[in-house]
Amino acid sequence: MIPSPETLPHTVSTEPFDPDLKPVMTAAQERWYRASPGRIFWWRLCRHRLAVISAGVLALFYVSILISEFLAPYGSDSRNVHALYAPPQAVHLWHEGQWVGPFVYGYEYHLNMGTLRRVYHPDTTLIEPIRFLCHGDSYRFWGLVDSDWHLVCPAPDGTLFLLGTDRLGRDMLSRIIYGTRISLTVGLIGITISFVLGITIGGAAGYYGGWVDSLSQRLIEILRCFPEIPLWMALSAALPVRWSPILIYFGITLILGLLDWTGLARAVRSKLLALREEDFCLAAQLMGASPRRIVVRHLLPNFASHLIASATLSVPHMILGETALSFLGLGLRPPITSWGVLLNQAQNINVVALYPWLLLPVIPVILTVLAFNFLGDGLRDAADPNR
Amino acid sequence: MISYLVRRILIMIPTLLVISVIIFTIIQLPPGDYLSTMVAELQARGESIDQGRLHFLRETYGLDQSPVERYGHWIAGLAHGDFGWSFEYGMPVRDVVGDRLLLTVIVSGATVLFIWLVSFPIAIYSATHPYSWGDYTLTLIGFLGLATPSFLFALVLLYLANVLFGLPIGGLMAPAYQDAPWSWGKVLSILSHLWLPVIVIGSSGTAGMIRRLRANLMDELNKQYVVTARAKGLSPTRLLIKYPLRLALNPFIADIGAILPQIISGAAVVSIVLSLPTEGPMLLDALRSQDMYLAGSFLMFMAVLTVVGVFLSDIALALLDPRIRLGGGVRR
Repeated sequence: MIPSPETLPHTVSTEPFDPDLKPVMTAAQERWYRASPGRIFWWRLCRHRLAVISAGVLALFYVSILISEFLAPYGSDSRNVHALYAPPQAVHLWHEGQWVGPFVYGYEYHLNMGTLRRVYHPDTTLIEPIRFLCHGDSYRFWGLVDSDWHLVCPAPDGTLFLLGTDRLGRDMLSRIIYGTRISLTVGLIGITISFVLGITIGGAAGYYGGWVDSLSQRLIEILRCFPEIPLWMALSAALPVRWSPILIYFGITLILGLLDWTGLARAVRSKLLALREEDFCLAAQLMGASPRRIVVRHLLPNFASHLIASATLSVPHMILGETALSFLGLGLRPPITSWGVLLNQAQNINVVALYPWLLLPVIPVILTVLAFNFLGDGLRDAADPNR
Repeated sequence: MISYLVRRILIMIPTLLVISVIIFTIIQLPPGDYLSTMVAELQARGESIDQGRLHFLRETYGLDQSPVERYGHWIAGLAHGDFGWSFEYGMPVRDVVGDRLLLTVIVSGATVLFIWLVSFPIAIYSATHPYSWGDYTLTLIGFLGLATPSFLFALVLLYLANVLFGLPIGGLMAPAYQDAPWSWGKVLSILSHLWLPVIVIGSSGTAGMIRRLRANLMDELNKQYVVTARAKGLSPTRLLIKYPLRLALNPFIADIGAILPQIISGAAVVSIVLSLPTEGPMLLDALRSQDMYLAGSFLMFMAVLTVVGVFLSDIALALLDPRIRLGGGVRR
């Protein structure tokens, strides 16, 4: 890349000045100067190591939602009535100094009559080896193909609850894997809605100016005054109870997207206000292009990378919003499984004290939110021409 | 300054009116009303309700009027302190709410203070030692605060506070003071309970504040006048306080407007988890049982709190920055 001025030695050349001298560039410099903006954007992004790692993590998560059924050891609703509130089972490799391969110890449990709690202990005589690529609970892959292949399964007649079970004896790990599907798409659909709204409203405000602009600015100011979560609560409480879970899901994403567009609209507007004075915009107008075509085809691409960065930064906001709503019981409802719905079981302090593994769905939430934030930061830095 | 104040107040009035229309529409959205929910519940239990009584109730609560008429009544009532009738509690909303509004203001105000007190020194440290280990660690902690859902953080902190320090669980004051009139003991009790919700609610806003202040301060520190001052031999602390810090302070005040809605909205969720006697838990109940006037006045109050908070931050900003009070208009 380009060497920074501090690293160059300070020299004064005694050679006579030749006005026809052409600067000689190294191959790397040549490549840099001839690269397209998109390529430079990509190079800058790759230099941001945290952003690349985050992108990798997110890609893994999103690929996992394609094959959730295969990855989860159990079905999302398979119950084991002998293991209610069972603690996580640890994976062992050696049994009494002998190599066995990955296995878990079976549960030995009794009811504590004093506290009426189920107490589980690993039973070191019960060795339950984990099977890989095996037949387990049957499922309908994407609701189309019947299958029962799983990446990992418990031993026949054994259990494999790596993250414990919930009140009904359902495997937490499997449910988290299934919940990923809903939680990650809520943000994407929500951001699409807010993107469309933001670009349309911000674009109209910035391109036309005048009363359209002042009207939309007032509207944005008012919407920004609203505390978000209470408004989301009120809106989702207004969703009819009779709706099917899928409709509720779309309703919630719509609600999440409906309030989020203001920041985006402001960004689009301020950029458009400057760009519409440029000559190429006038040229397009003279050639008879429609306002829509000018905005979408000629103006928006000028700051598309900015838009993508700010969209990335507001996805985690929506994921957290869905989690909070579902946690309060106002968002998604079972049988839909999302991370927020899973956390709904962890509503009181007894859970933290007695069954702390029910809090585990928070870890993917934190990971996703962090990854989106780091990736968004990286994209924003890469899109900034002043760096 | 006076003309700026007047203009600012004049903007506030239509803003609040539009907000009240939006809120009224939202609380009207659910199909049916409180009475029909109640009738359905009674029927489900196999009880019947006298039609005459139902009609009487419908009339007294104004449920038979058109939405526009009801909005007129509601907004006229709001204007002179009558918030309507709570169906759930069978009392005027004002009596149900009690000092919850005041407690909400206290919690939100304390959170703003907390965010300032915490993010100020951290941001200065991060900006003066950029890309150091301390900077990275503090940034990471800030990001974690941003990424952890506040309700869970509240639960875990509550549990730890109880196990490690033996603190009582939940609430904003000792149970003895719950319905007692205001006294010194009550104030002290509230102060000793306040830190937990304030930390939890503040954790999400602090990260953003630190990052903005750090970015602003770093921009200032790179400017020529700082180099000049340093070359003239000003000590680093004095230099920092005398010039760049003052300039970087502007967004610090202006940001209240941006983080206040966030704080109030975070406070609603956290107070539900911690069962604080603020608006959050009651808003949730009111929304669930379609107690529309109660829910409406809570939403309205939260919006008013935000608008007033933004107004105050704008005035503080105008006092600080002559460009704003002379130039007209509010720039963030």
